[in-house]
Amino acid sequence: MCGIVGLYIKNPEIEHRLGEFVSDMLREMTDRGPDSAGLAVYRNPAPAGGAKVSLFSYDENEDWEARKAEISQHFSTDFDCNVHASHAILTSNISIGKVQEWIQLQWPELRIMSIGESIEIFKEVGNPVDIVERFGFRDFSGQHAVAHTRMATESAITTEGSHPFSTGLDLCLVHNGSLSNHNQLRRTLVREGIDFQTENDSEVAAGFLTWRLKQGESVEQALKTSIDHLDGFYTFAIGTKNGFSVLRDPIACKPAVLAETDDWVAMASEYRAIAQLPNAKEAHRWEPEPGQIYSWDHSTEDAGSS
Amino acid sequence: MKFDLAVDPLRSVNNTLHEAGNSTTAPEVFDIEHPKGAHSLAVGMHSPVQVNIHGHVGYYCAGMNQLANIRIHGNAGPGLAENMMSGLVVLDGNASQYAGASGHGGLLVIRGNSSSRCGISMKGVDIVVGGSIGHFSAFMAQKGRLVVCGDAANDLGDSIYEAQIFVRGKVGRLGSDCVEKEMRTEHREQLEILLDKAELDYSSTEFRRYGSARKLYNFNIDNADAIAG
Repeated sequence: MCGIVGLYIKNPEIEHRLGEFVSDMLREMTDRGPDSAGLAVYRNPAPAGGAKVSLFSYDENEDWEARKAEISQHFSTDFDCNVHASHAILTSNISIGKVQEWIQLQWPELRIMSIGESIEIFKEVGNPVDIVERFGFRDFSGQHAVAHTRMATESAITTEGSHPFSTGLDLCLVHNGSLSNHNQLRRTLVREGIDFQTENDSEVAAGFLTWRLKQGESVEQALKTSIDHLDGFYTFAIGTKNGFSVLRDPIACKPAVLAETDDWVAMASEYRAIAQLPNAKEAHRWEPEPGQIYSWDHSTEDAGSS
Repeated sequence: MKFDLAVDPLRSVNNTLHEAGNSTTAPEVFDIEHPKGAHSLAVGMHSPVQVNIHGHVGYYCAGMNQLANIRIHGNAGPGLAENMMSGLVVLDGNASQYAGASGHGGLLVIRGNSSSRCGISMKGVDIVVGGSIGHFSAFMAQKGRLVVCGDAANDLGDSIYEAQIFVRGKVGRLGSDCVEKEMRTEHREQLEILLDKAELDYSSTEFRRYGSARKLYNFNIDNADAIAG
């Protein structure tokens, strides 16, 4: 069991309440996943051509100010550094490729949780209610977010094994379910040059999407391909730069509810998470069909399924 | 008697409901407000009381029901009225997966749609769905009747025993050993009684009947490869 939630704000006037809403939804999913929790939020894009990196440090006394000074000095530009508990978000006008390469070489002890223009990922081991407090999720504003509460089944309870998993630039995945062919698939993907940090099955799903996207497929195409290659049970929520997508496996044992009003679109493992949102009772609510991809995208204001 | 789940703890509400049949002075009608997707609401009822739930419920609502009349004015999560023994459960909205699974008796009415695996392994319960049902419904259904006023998705009645299925709309792929069967007068009469109880105004002549071809009942030597390999 795990709990997943996603929220996509349609009415810009309530973007400042995104964190509050998602925190309430996540709290309701605590019973489904008390081991760890995480959230990906999309907000405050980096300057044009620049990058935003979410970093995690094992060191409780991490000196983020020193890190900021070091990277700012190297690139001769001011990096913005927002610290949230064990994570920090570094933003600048330096390109994604340069920043990523430098961090990987110079700071191998840190872990890059996400990279892109507007994505930020925060995840930790512990009770989801505590994690919401620790990172200050309630104060987050933004356009959309996906989040997860984990009950570990396939691998150890660690920060790296928590969701969301980054699947590429501004992309992430949260998963409820279990995959049975993840070891075999991981070996195939490693040969294709995809990096893995854990023994976790969901990371393999994320890696699979990364690989398909690198092959030139769109998010939707990659999800369609994954139906044929992933063996197991899953409900996925995928965060993209401009929205989110939802997919359930063709057997659809793992629960999912979608709901939409004029102000928001929400997905959750259970209705009780959605019940926390304003006007939830009046929302149009439905259960996503097996094997069908549902997507929302701010850039096209395109909504629905394909 | 009224409960507000925004205030009253779920367990104390269920305890009060369980005690209802034990007291001669207990009220006969219970109203429950603000369920907000709570799990296991009104499970294990065993007395002929009325429970009205106003809002959406989560997993396992009205499970194992005996004798009680439970009405839910909203949608239901997975496992609605699982293993019910008797009584009546009526849902105004849509139900999630495996509604009415393994029920032994009583009547479950879902006015909206019911998702996948509706009535799997049903053992005597009657289920009437006003809308459509999802895939793999009535899997290994042994006894009872499943009435669907809308459509039925793929793999309907897979490995079915002696339960009967009536569908008014389209049926996707039939499950293994499930076949369409002749609709005789006695079937129409049974169906009319169920539609009447469910307060659904359809003519029994609009329905088709499905059931077991009984080809999986006995070992068939031609299938030996399936286990020998």
